[in-house]
Amino acid sequence: MGRYVVRRLLIAIPTLLVISFVIYAILALAPIDPLSQFGADPRVPAEVRERIRDSLGLNQPWPLRYVKWVTAMFRGDFGVSFMSHSSVGDLIAQRLPNTLAVVGVAYILGVLMGIPVGMISAIKRYSFFDHAATTLAFMGFSVPTFFTGLLLIIIFGIKLRWFPFIYSSTLQVHDLASLGQQIKQSIMPITVLALFDVATIARYVRAEMLEHLPLDYVRTARGKGLMERFVVLRHVLRNSLIPVVTLVALGVPAVFGGAIVTEQVFRVPGIGELLVTSIGNGDIPVVATVVFIFAVLVVLFNLLADILYAVLDPRIRYS
Amino acid sequence: MEKSGYWRRGATLAVTAIMALAACNPTPGGTTPSASTSAAPAAQRGAGGVLNILYWQAPTILNPHQATGTKDNDASRLVLEPLASWDKNGQPLANGLASEIPSVANGGVAKDFTSVTWKLRTGVKWSDGTPFSADDVVASYTYQCDEKSATSTFDVCDGVKSVTAKDPNTVVVTYAASQPFYFQWGVGFNSPILQKAQYANCLGAKAKDCPADLKPIGTGPYKVNTFKPGDTVQYDLNENFRDPNKPFFKSVNFKGGGDAASAARAVFQTGDVDYGWNLQVEASVLKPMAANSTLARLLTAYGSSVERLLLNFANPDPALGDKRGEPDTKHPFFSDIHVRRALAMATDRGSVATQLYGDGLAGKATCNLLTAPEPMNSKNTDSLDVCKFDLAAANKELDDAGWAKGSDGIRAKGGVKLKILYQTTVNSVRQSTQAIMKANWEKVGFSVELKSVPAATFFTNTSPDGANHFWADVEMFTNSGDPDPTSYLSSTASCKQAAGKANNWNFGNYMRYCNADYDKIIDQLRTETDSAKRNQLAIQANDILTKDVAVIPLITRVAPTPDGVSKALKGVDPSPWDSAMYNIADWSK
Repeated sequence: MGRYVVRRLLIAIPTLLVISFVIYAILALAPIDPLSQFGADPRVPAEVRERIRDSLGLNQPWPLRYVKWVTAMFRGDFGVSFMSHSSVGDLIAQRLPNTLAVVGVAYILGVLMGIPVGMISAIKRYSFFDHAATTLAFMGFSVPTFFTGLLLIIIFGIKLRWFPFIYSSTLQVHDLASLGQQIKQSIMPITVLALFDVATIARYVRAEMLEHLPLDYVRTARGKGLMERFVVLRHVLRNSLIPVVTLVALGVPAVFGGAIVTEQVFRVPGIGELLVTSIGNGDIPVVATVVFIFAVLVVLFNLLADILYAVLDPRIRYS
Repeated sequence: MEKSGYWRRGATLAVTAIMALAACNPTPGGTTPSASTSAAPAAQRGAGGVLNILYWQAPTILNPHQATGTKDNDASRLVLEPLASWDKNGQPLANGLASEIPSVANGGVAKDFTSVTWKLRTGVKWSDGTPFSADDVVASYTYQCDEKSATSTFDVCDGVKSVTAKDPNTVVVTYAASQPFYFQWGVGFNSPILQKAQYANCLGAKAKDCPADLKPIGTGPYKVNTFKPGDTVQYDLNENFRDPNKPFFKSVNFKGGGDAASAARAVFQTGDVDYGWNLQVEASVLKPMAANSTLARLLTAYGSSVERLLLNFANPDPALGDKRGEPDTKHPFFSDIHVRRALAMATDRGSVATQLYGDGLAGKATCNLLTAPEPMNSKNTDSLDVCKFDLAAANKELDDAGWAKGSDGIRAKGGVKLKILYQTTVNSVRQSTQAIMKANWEKVGFSVELKSVPAATFFTNTSPDGANHFWADVEMFTNSGDPDPTSYLSSTASCKQAAGKANNWNFGNYMRYCNADYDKIIDQLRTETDSAKRNQLAIQANDILTKDVAVIPLITRVAPTPDGVSKALKGVDPSPWDSAMYNIADWSK
């Protein structure tokens, strides 16, 4: 097992190098221009633009820029944003808490609610609960978050005035009142995101459970006279969760990547919002770094999912 | 080449509107600004609570000289001040670091317009408590106008020979040649003054990686507390601000992000924010929202942004090869004044204004190329026949001039058909405008082919499809001028500014219009010192362009596009010539 992990980690290095190259090449060759912000404003004439381009290093050939970027990254230096002249590391550090507070919490809630909902749906198959949960799950899947987001804003933000729809990243939680404010401002984006996560996980758990319920070992357990609750929780659920764990682990990188649409709708200054505005601004150092960190997380959590799989299912052996 | 300090703002804004997902945003954790404690008439320093400002594009840097957009200029203006601001009439306003506005009359401006002597306020301190002096102004100029600093405000340095400190409270700006727009450097959002000490290590090549850009020390009413680039700026009042009664608000929260539509709701429907910037929302949504709001009102200000049609005086026929569209060629039918007049009379600017510009929300009809400052807005044009939509008159004009309709309904004379290629940028409002024009023009016997080009291609001197080459017969876009219109009028239509191969299409007279009377007026404008006479000259120049149908002005556009402001907020007085925050020291509740 130890050797397997080491081998996987070693393979990850060339993989990530290739990914970093592809990311940078796409960004360098794509028609995005950090100077497009100036639009057609003749107050910033061609000579001035050229000078700005030069000062940003954009006139160097892109393979050279790529090598500089990658080597700096090995030293922990993610570069400097074209737009704000501050280090990309600082920008990400400022955004990450907001993303975790909203997208992360939504994910945890989604998992915590999705598993029991899926379980009950499977046991009480075709009951009212199952039908209701299935309907909600399909809604969660199929209605886009920008629609649910706007709907919530109009109902709870504007008509009822229950919750603010402009997220404040400067709110500091230091007492009960400010905690209440934090909950109030997070409730709508979290609901939107959690609805989707619950739907995904509940459907998955339900399907897995239904697969296991008719199996022989379940009948044996029941035949031994075990209480039904015991059968379901100890045997069926445990076995059904093995693939779900993988699913949850693989979803974690997406949490760090933020929620592009939802963050935009609710003005949550998270990683997703940073990524999408940086793409719009042609802020190549920020885009490249965020995407690369995302790639690293995907590789790592894939490995983690594989290891968890082996831990949970003794039949699987890596060598 | 003469610098034309104008914006093709129409295109810029339209593009921004479509592309921007940006940011706006607001209130810190639901704290609402407390109303002022009493009905004290004079604003009292710090009596107000929090002022909430929402921009749907978030500021990313607080040094205006490294700014990439209005959001950065505006967010830095709470902290950094120029020598003077531009007021809403395009006049300099001494609310900055200068104690008075220099003029020819008070001896501050040289009679030949080559130098300006600024008297600075005494006793001004930076927010860190150190004294401000003329050295800071000189250092700021050095930073801004050093090519290696690669500042985005460099354009106002063009033609400035030097900025020197005569004594600690006097600064002299010298131009290399006579400059009728002698406030080019020092006034408005392109010339805020940075602190010499803070930027000592940020000169030249070091300018792109300068921590001061995120937390500049300024002389303005507020100082930066926290800045999260791309998200929020929090400001506290500056205890060292020169006016002991100002500013009114204890702190300001400048949030960025989101979209314009929900920003409008936050201003008009929930009152979560006091000021919402650039509410580019469809007129049919925004108008009732503002009209029904008890909380807020719309701010509209008209500057000199005018959407106009240009007629080509050169011949854009591709058969001419190298000579195509060169200033020394003649357009096959626009060289006939009757054809130009007929086209103008068949132009229905009224419908465009009501149907496409929300009838005053985003713009209103005009027949002037120069609409502002107001004393230069001609009153003579409205009564002209070429400014009235009259299809019968247009038909008669062409009949009388001998342009007869053929069997295909297109008029022709001597084998020349009135076939027009009409180009503009890709933009839904512009394409709708094109459709209205085409329908009417075809009614009087023109044949009209429409063309739309992406803005990035249209506004370049290199593209054959661009506005500068103007290889078409009619083209449409928006442009605007400085508070002093000399360079705007000169670059738009004087003979010497005709765009062509010789100047790599960098000159501003894309239509290659040439009229000695017009040029004579521009020459007078360069030297005339009396302001009433200057206004007269500018109006005369404008009237020539309209009467001679060199251009067909259509719409004077709101600039900036409408902002929303809380009805409780006092002192907001938007200026189309300067940052929306130019007088934020005077805002109160």
